[in-house]
Amino acid sequence: MLESVLVANRGEIARRVIATARKLGVRSVAVYSEADADLPFVREADEAMLIGPPPPAASYLNGAAILAAARQARVQAVHPGYGFLAENASFAASVIDAGLLWVGPAPDVITQMGDKINARNLMSRAGVPVSAGTTEPVGAGSAALAAADQIGYPVMIKAAAGGGGIGMTVARNADELQAGIDTARSRAERFFGSADILLERFVTCARHVEVQILGLADGTVLTLGERDCSVQRRHQKVAEETPSPGVGPELRASMLAAAARAGEAVGYQGAGTVEFLVDVAAGGFVFLEMNTRLQVEHPVTELVTGIDLVEQQFRIAVGDDVSFAPESVIPAGHALELRVYAEDSRRFLPSPGTISEWSPPAGPGVRLDAGYAAGNTVTPFYDPLLAKLCVHGADRGQALERARAAVGSFGIAGLRTNLAFHADLLESPEFTSGDYDTSLVSRLRP
Amino acid sequence: MSEVRAEMVANVWKVVAAEGDTVADGDTLVILESMKMEIPVLAESPGRVTRLAVAEGDVVQEGDLIAVID
Repeated sequence: MLESVLVANRGEIARRVIATARKLGVRSVAVYSEADADLPFVREADEAMLIGPPPPAASYLNGAAILAAARQARVQAVHPGYGFLAENASFAASVIDAGLLWVGPAPDVITQMGDKINARNLMSRAGVPVSAGTTEPVGAGSAALAAADQIGYPVMIKAAAGGGGIGMTVARNADELQAGIDTARSRAERFFGSADILLERFVTCARHVEVQILGLADGTVLTLGERDCSVQRRHQKVAEETPSPGVGPELRASMLAAAARAGEAVGYQGAGTVEFLVDVAAGGFVFLEMNTRLQVEHPVTELVTGIDLVEQQFRIAVGDDVSFAPESVIPAGHALELRVYAEDSRRFLPSPGTISEWSPPAGPGVRLDAGYAAGNTVTPFYDPLLAKLCVHGADRGQALERARAAVGSFGIAGLRTNLAFHADLLESPEFTSGDYDTSLVSRLRP
Repeated sequence: MSEVRAEMVANVWKVVAAEGDTVADGDTLVILESMKMEIPVLAESPGRVTRLAVAEGDVVQEGDLIAVID
């Protein structure tokens, strides 16, 4: 087993990784910015090291400062969490060059999947279905118009180096394409350092369903079921569940097989996620992207399988076997995750502030992965995720019931949260029926 | 005269308008950034920008003055 790990992240995910380290007797080292000195993850780690001022570029994106901390703390490995440097291939390479273990796939796998155009082309060659789209970067002007004509409107404009829903725009005609490409290119340049964009056929009525994979040392890629992430605002997930109410046994079998193929095609090692779009009307599915790290919504998979995914990441990183027999995994029951954000529940605008009250819900089947506690200040520097409220039930009905009770008893004061949105979601006929798609939130909040 | 104020704690990412500019209702004056989200601050009435109270890189608190439109 691993001896020690530095967690190059903050908030709930740093706390989550530290919890597994503690459980397994692995020494944990947190790194934090000046804005986060009072947060629980700093206190709960065995050691904590200040790495810089609040702006991400000076702290959690500052690879040199994080590596210096890792050397000083003499850790064996670096766990990147999600976001920040988790999908930064050159940081992963510098960790390995420093003689440390990188808890994640090889840097060249991160590079291959980080370029969305390359990923699409690679998946297509591996026999994974992809949507109609461009096979090389699209420039501005007439080339883009020609490409869109060939794909057919509506098209989705995406940053080639992007992710997390940032910089995506739908264009329904040539005028929207022209305007959308200019915006997408400037956003892509700003957020991802590359203005390259791609165009893809936009599926109007779709579910976003992803598959958890675990790549083992011998090259085998295991799948641990799917997660439905169709509840989204601004192309970002708000609630997830497993199993997906929109996926039957046949579709599930072909999606899991495709995800394993996707992982095997790149020699994937460790925990990863293959995202697909399911076309509700036509019934098929296409590859969206591969996330080469632990996913935010991994707890729902843990709840139905009983597997600690962070523990498996640690084991794979040191070349150990996973802790379970692959053929024995039979997901049980139904799990939901509700992302509790510091944002108002109607327009979803950010609401930083100081938490004056924090009364977490309890009860059977409830799991709370929180980054904050009473008295903490939520600053404007980082994403608005306060906590992930997860519930597990024997079936979807019981999970929904437990989720309603948990949302109702979660007391947070001092800033605005989206808990009232989750209460509405859990009562909405469309969500409770299970028959919903990625436009659900826009119908709940017109 | 109308005063445009910040709705939340945020960093000023981009100042789009300049003092003396004539703006229409709904024109973007400033783009704020908070919690990894860009939030455009719009003119709520047409007129001339007589004052821009923020510069790029500033941190604004909820209720802080951003601009005055006359």
